[in-house]
Amino acid sequence: MDFERILFFLFATVLIYAAGRVITVRNPIHAALHLVLAFFTCAALWLLLEAEFLAITLVLVYVGAVMVLFLFVVMMLDINTSPLREGFIRYLPLGLGVAFVIVSEMYLVVRARNFGADVIAIPERHPEGYSNVKELGNVLYTDYVYPFEIAAVILLVAIIAAIALTMRKRPETKYQNPAQQVAVKAKDRVRIVEMKAEEKQ
Amino acid sequence: MAHALIEKYKGHLLATALTAGVLGLLVLWLGYQYRDFITGNVLLYTLLKIIAILVPLLLAVAYLTYAERKIIGYMQVRIGPNRVGPRGWLQPIADAMKLLFKEIIFPTNANRFLFVVAPMLSIAPALAAWAVFPFTDTLVLANIDASLLYILALTSVGVYGVIIAGWASNSKYAFLGAMRSAAQIVSYEIAMGFALVGVLIAGGSLNLVEIVEAQQGSFLHWFWLPLFPLFLVYFISGVAETNRAPFDVAEGESEIVAGFHVEYSGMAFAVFFLAEYANMILIAALAALMFLGGWLSPFEGTWFEAWFAWVPAIFWMLAKTALMLLFFLWFRATFPRYRYDQIMRLGWKVFIPITIVWLVVEAAAVMAGIGPWFV
Repeated sequence: MDFERILFFLFATVLIYAAGRVITVRNPIHAALHLVLAFFTCAALWLLLEAEFLAITLVLVYVGAVMVLFLFVVMMLDINTSPLREGFIRYLPLGLGVAFVIVSEMYLVVRARNFGADVIAIPERHPEGYSNVKELGNVLYTDYVYPFEIAAVILLVAIIAAIALTMRKRPETKYQNPAQQVAVKAKDRVRIVEMKAEEKQ
Repeated sequence: MAHALIEKYKGHLLATALTAGVLGLLVLWLGYQYRDFITGNVLLYTLLKIIAILVPLLLAVAYLTYAERKIIGYMQVRIGPNRVGPRGWLQPIADAMKLLFKEIIFPTNANRFLFVVAPMLSIAPALAAWAVFPFTDTLVLANIDASLLYILALTSVGVYGVIIAGWASNSKYAFLGAMRSAAQIVSYEIAMGFALVGVLIAGGSLNLVEIVEAQQGSFLHWFWLPLFPLFLVYFISGVAETNRAPFDVAEGESEIVAGFHVEYSGMAFAVFFLAEYANMILIAALAALMFLGGWLSPFEGTWFEAWFAWVPAIFWMLAKTALMLLFFLWFRATFPRYRYDQIMRLGWKVFIPITIVWLVVEAAAVMAGIGPWFV
């Protein structure tokens, strides 16, 4: 076994372990941290595929930003895990049904007939000096420019919608107006009064 | 006190220093004898290169703390540390020894595993980012294609150390510090990322070596001039990302004691400290690389070019890094701490619009081919 294959199996094992722990661990913070580990090992696997741009972007976006906010929210919530487990048996049939549908859908798409070694050519090693970033940029901005731009617009709409939904004026919230604060002059705050010293009685 | 101790153990100290020196020479001689074996063995050679980066880096961190105390001292008309060793030069060593021998105390009901892991999560990205850092055009451990992106990704991972430390400590102050720090780092990362997009448009590459090579010509060709707003945004965001004054609300001594590492003692605390200073050096060195021409001589293209031709390239790199680091210390000595809502306002409502506007200006300049920068 060459070094690369050892690395692949190492990362794959860690990935499966971490992904499994995300749904089995009791503490939600530990679950989120295992998800971070899963993203990170996934990025390492992508690096083995020479997809360095996607791998680093996965770390940058999901590990560096999305999961930080996730943890942020999970830490603020005081989640009591025992009531969450009470309905386990009751919801088990429904869960099994959903799981069955997902697994069969995935089987239909990702089975050997579609992704076997005889259907898809084994990816070749690229020569030194090959730039994954340039390739990706070229494809994104030529062949797929419309889907790419449409996806960008949808994301922008989602951002604006999220802000519009949460930004409502609440009378009990206190705001500072920085422009007003900066414009304050000394004489607005302190009044200097000149007066004669009082006579000694 | 310290003087008396040093007088008492002068013999021991001398003997230790001599032994260390002799051992060092022996190792160097052995390395020279077996140089073919060492350079032939990839794993061993890479390990040696990593050590050759990390040891000077950690020494630089130690003496940055000394420089900080001295420089801020002089700025505030004080003397600063001057007791341990001649002119206080051994102060960082003494601090390190003290922290090494202190007990690590675990707070009640703290999550022990995460409490121990948090400092490691903080230092590992801070050190790993140096793997792709080019000190000169040839002096680089791994000259990878997307090195700029790699550094940005790794510095963004460092926030986990802070968040986990705050949560695992089981302390309100630590938790508040962690929350503040997380929100601040995530906010400023966006402005920082946009500033870096500007750099990669001007440099035409994500590779740091190529970005520096795109700045060749004279100091007017360096990117600080065409990308001046981005330079300012990048550096100020860098100060905010490292939680340094005036953006140090994550520590905010007067409000939340010391923020996320309030429960840490001994070496675990020292590791957080190391990570913070290693990140400071990284931000300063990156600013020097991307906006101040990296290892290029500032006299390039002027009359004095030939006079300074003998100066090795790495000297300019280190000198520019030191200059940027001085600004970090200067800010701390000069500015009062920002209020938390002002930090958020500055990041989201000032910096992000500035960077977006300048990206549009820059893209137009590239399309129009305005020289000598955007050819």
